[in-house]
Order: sequence, then structure tokens, then C-alpha cells
Amino acid sequence: MSTRTVEFELATPGLDAAGRPVRVPLGVAVGGGEELGGEHMLVNIGPQHPATHGVLRLVVELEGETVKRVIPHIGYLHSGFEKLGEYRHYNQIVPLTDRTDYLSPMANNVGFALAAEKLMGIEVTERCRVLRVIACEMSRIISHLVWLGTTGIDLGAFTPFLWAFNEREKVYNLQEAWTGARLTTSLTRVGGLMADIPEGWDKGLAEFCGHLPRVLDEIETMFSRNAIWIGRTQGVGAMSAADAVNYSLSGPMLRASGVAFDVRKDKPYLGYEEYDFDVPVGEYGDMYDRYAVRIEEMRQSNRILQQALARLRPGPINVDDPRVVLPPKSRAMSDMESMIHHFKQVMEGVRPPVGEAYLAVENPKGELGTYLVSDGTAKPVRWRIRPPSLINLAALPKLCEGALLSDVIAINASVDIVMGEIDR
Amino acid sequence: MTAVGPAAASPSAAALRAAFGRAVRRHEVTCGDTIVYVDPARVHDVLAWLRDTPGQGYDYLVDLTAVEYRDVERPLQVVWNLRALARAEDLRVKAELAKDGPLEVPSCTDLWRGADWLEREVFDMFGVRFTGHPDLRRLLMWESYTEGYPLRKDFPLRGHFSRAEQTRQALGGPAEKHYSLEELSIAEAMHYLPADMRERLAEGHHGEVE
Repeated sequence: MSTRTVEFELATPGLDAAGRPVRVPLGVAVGGGEELGGEHMLVNIGPQHPATHGVLRLVVELEGETVKRVIPHIGYLHSGFEKLGEYRHYNQIVPLTDRTDYLSPMANNVGFALAAEKLMGIEVTERCRVLRVIACEMSRIISHLVWLGTTGIDLGAFTPFLWAFNEREKVYNLQEAWTGARLTTSLTRVGGLMADIPEGWDKGLAEFCGHLPRVLDEIETMFSRNAIWIGRTQGVGAMSAADAVNYSLSGPMLRASGVAFDVRKDKPYLGYEEYDFDVPVGEYGDMYDRYAVRIEEMRQSNRILQQALARLRPGPINVDDPRVVLPPKSRAMSDMESMIHHFKQVMEGVRPPVGEAYLAVENPKGELGTYLVSDGTAKPVRWRIRPPSLINLAALPKLCEGALLSDVIAINASVDIVMGEIDR
Repeated sequence: MTAVGPAAASPSAAALRAAFGRAVRRHEVTCGDTIVYVDPARVHDVLAWLRDTPGQGYDYLVDLTAVEYRDVERPLQVVWNLRALARAEDLRVKAELAKDGPLEVPSCTDLWRGADWLEREVFDMFGVRFTGHPDLRRLLMWESYTEGYPLRKDFPLRGHFSRAEQTRQALGGPAEKHYSLEELSIAEAMHYLPADMRERLAEGHHGEVE
């Protein structure tokens, strides 16, 4: 059997007189090599595999080491969030959004709250808008840092992973100080936030913003001109601008292919049009461009964070609207009207009018859309998440055409997927 | 945030009505977004027209999903969210499918490759068939899933089967259950399967749990 001869070729035929393994010179076919040519092999990767970034399963058809076809299988983490949402009040859905893209929970919270507010026609306060911008941009930085670290590991670079996670830890400490949770932040409520930032918190963020560019410089020193990194990423997994649009890619994947579409610039929300930042765009649409785009996005997010800190003024974080925001506890216990509002909101929840709204935000992974349909009750008829990494992952078979098996791992990493959001 | 109010409908709605007449049933504006309801049979023509007509240029499929209302009388809606990237302008197209008729709409995978998985998800979750889709399989649930369509309103939150039955089905079944027939046919992988598995496959037992 031809398979058996290959095994002998790679293993040692035995020990020599001195007890050392006898070496077989590489590249000498023992026999049967021509039988293997032309035969395709089926390789199953995952779902439990560290390089698939979660529970993704890829069935790969190989000819030698060249990929003929990739068939992704997803759904191993499916939790039915959208179904659950139909049985929850609007504010009760916020904790579910933490768990979709769990690498940027705060940005998901903001995306959901904005969609619910669009449905109800609520305009949030200035301080709330600035704090939400801070939450979104912090999320972008930590999500890209995870991407950078894990992709580096997939390609054999361990050190930058530690640097990236060291910085991410600081943001997690800030998130914990703000919301009490590191990952399941549940930051937003319809019409505002669950809490204002604690005293002195902005100083901690300013310190982080001052330090981040130096860390990014260090990481870039390790990657940007590294021969191995360049060899493994340039020209690998490339996609043209026309294909990127046709495959509905979004976020850094779309921009690396040369399409300058950023929801923050083109369909601004939270007053992003008042901030000064650039949108990096790639030229070749390959892995290296995706890397460069994400590094630059972190620098731009840092700029936005500093501008937001400068704009932060004292003021209320919640809208003055008894339909959606709980009255202060002191008034709820002393004033009849406030007590009724309190009771109705806790027992019945927020009630949007009949209608529907789609609102897109620029999440780290791409365009996170929230589509809410209301029939006038306190629970949505439909809560649809447009998951950016699901739609980006759907292009993986196209990206991997003709690549090598080892490139499949690299290309998959460059898509920046998070299974919590893909499977929902 | 988008101002909510009596915003004007997108000019594309009137242009569609002029081009397709009665196939465009009605349009409405909600929360500043324009929604156009079209005849399910003509959806593909409408989407192709919106994508390719100069001045429309809806070249980007943002999202494709479906909505079922709690009111059982209301038809099921399939929703296409389109965007003209150059103008950053969105348009929502809907097709209403009566629940007693066939839940079928034409596939738009030939217009947008990105529609492939989105159509599979709608099929998986709502049971809507997209005619002309090259590979309409379940996406999130496994292929041998038999409980129904989870996002339909008549599907209970915890599923139709008991937890014990769900576990038995998830863990039981032959090994070939985890590969599609197409995958097994790749590279003559069928050849490597044990004889009993090949027999079961030949009898069409793919992935079924008794």
C-alpha cells in the first residue's frame, strides 16, 4: 500500500550499531510516490483545534499540499440568542449582546442600544454619546490586540502576543472599574448607560492612551519588516475590491481590499463626524494589508479616545424620559408618579412603538447591524444580529483557493473571526 | 443618530414602481428607512435591476434575513437590506410569503456571493427555500437536525424534543453523520470507509438517527 511506504520514509528504519536512529535522507521516495499523485486527500481541521479560533470545523480537500477546496462547518456554539431575544425585554437583551462578539462586548452593547433608541426615536445625552464613543474605541483596540497576538502565534511569533495581551489587560482593568465586569460588561441601557465612569477613571484611560503608541511601535518593529512575517502574509489570501464587495465583506477585511467604507465616516452615529480620524485602506487585499490596516486602526482609535477625553463634560448620562429610564431611587420612594414609572418599567419593560429599525455600527470585526422589529409590546418580534465575522468567514473558501494547507490556518486567522458571534 | 420623523421615501421606491408596475406592491418609511414590498416571484429581477441600473447602484448586500410576526395571520417576510456604497444609502426590500403557500423565493447568490450563507441561514432557521441556490443546506444546525425551524414562532423556546432525546441524537448516529455526502465523495474518501458504513450510505442512510 502506498500510504505505508510514506510512513517508512518519514520514520526511521531502525537504530544503528551505536544505538542512534538511522537517518533517511529527505526527498528520496522509497516507492509508490507516483501512486499518490493525482489522489486527493480529505483533512478535517477542528472543531476542537487551537488554530481555528474557537469551534470552527474546516473540511479541506488537498492535492498534495495544495488546497482544492475548503468547506467550513459552523454552529457548534449556536445558542439561539436571536430566539432568546424574542422572550426578553429590551434591556434584558443587553447581557446577551456581551456574549456574541465576546472580544468587544462594549461595542456590541452600544450597537444594540442605538438600534433600540432609533426604534423609539430617543436622542441620548452628550456625555452618554462621548462615553459610548470611548467604549467603542476601547473595544476596537482590545479586539485588534487579540487578533494581532493570536495571528502572530498562528504564524510562529509568540512574543508580540504577550505584549498585546499586556496592553489588553489594562483596558480590561478599566472596563472592570467602570462596569464591575471585565468581559460581560452590559454597559448600555436603552436611553443611557448602566453607570457613569468612576472618579479618576479618565486619568487611567489617558495613561493607557499615552502608552499604547509605544507598544504598537514595538510590535511593528517585530512584524512589519520581518522576513518570515512578510513571506507568510504578502500575497496570501488576497481578494480584489470587486470580490470583497460582492462577498459583502465589511470592516478591516473590506478596507484592506481597497474599499474605503467605514460606517463611522459614511453613516455616522454617536457624533463620529465631529471627531478627527483617518480610515486606513489597503492596496492588495492580502493578509499583510489586513495587518497594516488593523495596526493603523488602533492608532486612529487612540486618537479618537484622546479627543473624546478632551470633550468629556459633566452632565447626565441618561435621557430625561420616564418611558425608558428609571427615576432616581429617592424619588421612586417619595413621589407617586415616579413610583408608578418605576413599577411599570420593572414589570413591563421598555415599550417601543410598532415599527422596525436597522442600525449599523462599525465594530472591530466589521459592520455589526442590529435589526429590530417591534409589534408595540415590550419584547421584540425579531432581533436580528448582522454578524460581521459570519459574513467575512463565508468568503474563506474563496480566499483559500490554491493556497497551501499551512496558509489555510494563516488566512483563517486574518479574517478575525469570533465564533460566539458567528454561531450566536 | 438618524432623525426620526416624516422623512421622505427614497427616490428608488418611485423608480421601482415605474419600472416594475404592480410587482412593486407598496412602500413605507419607518424610522427614516424606506421599505419596498415586492412580488416574491419577481424578487430576483428587482434586486438585479437595483444593482445594475445606473443611478440606483445598490451594489452591496448588507444583510438577508426573515421576520415572522406573532400574529399567525400575517405572512412571513424575507428581508433584503441593500446599500449603494458610493452614496452610503440603504434600501430595504421585502417579499411576503403566505404561510399556507410554498415558502419559496428566488435565490440571489448569482448577484451576490455573500448571499450564500445568509440564504442558508434563513432556510435553516425559517424553512424558506431559495430556488436556484447551489447548496441549500442547514448552516447553524446540523444537517440531520429534525426538530424543525428554530426561529419560527410555532417552535418552542426549548425545542420540540426533550433534553434526553436531544443529547441522544447529538451523540448517537454513525460517524458519517458528520460529513456531507459531497465531502465523502471528495478524493474517493468513500473508499477508505468501513464496508458497513459504505452500505449504509448506499442505502441513503446519511446522517439519520433512528
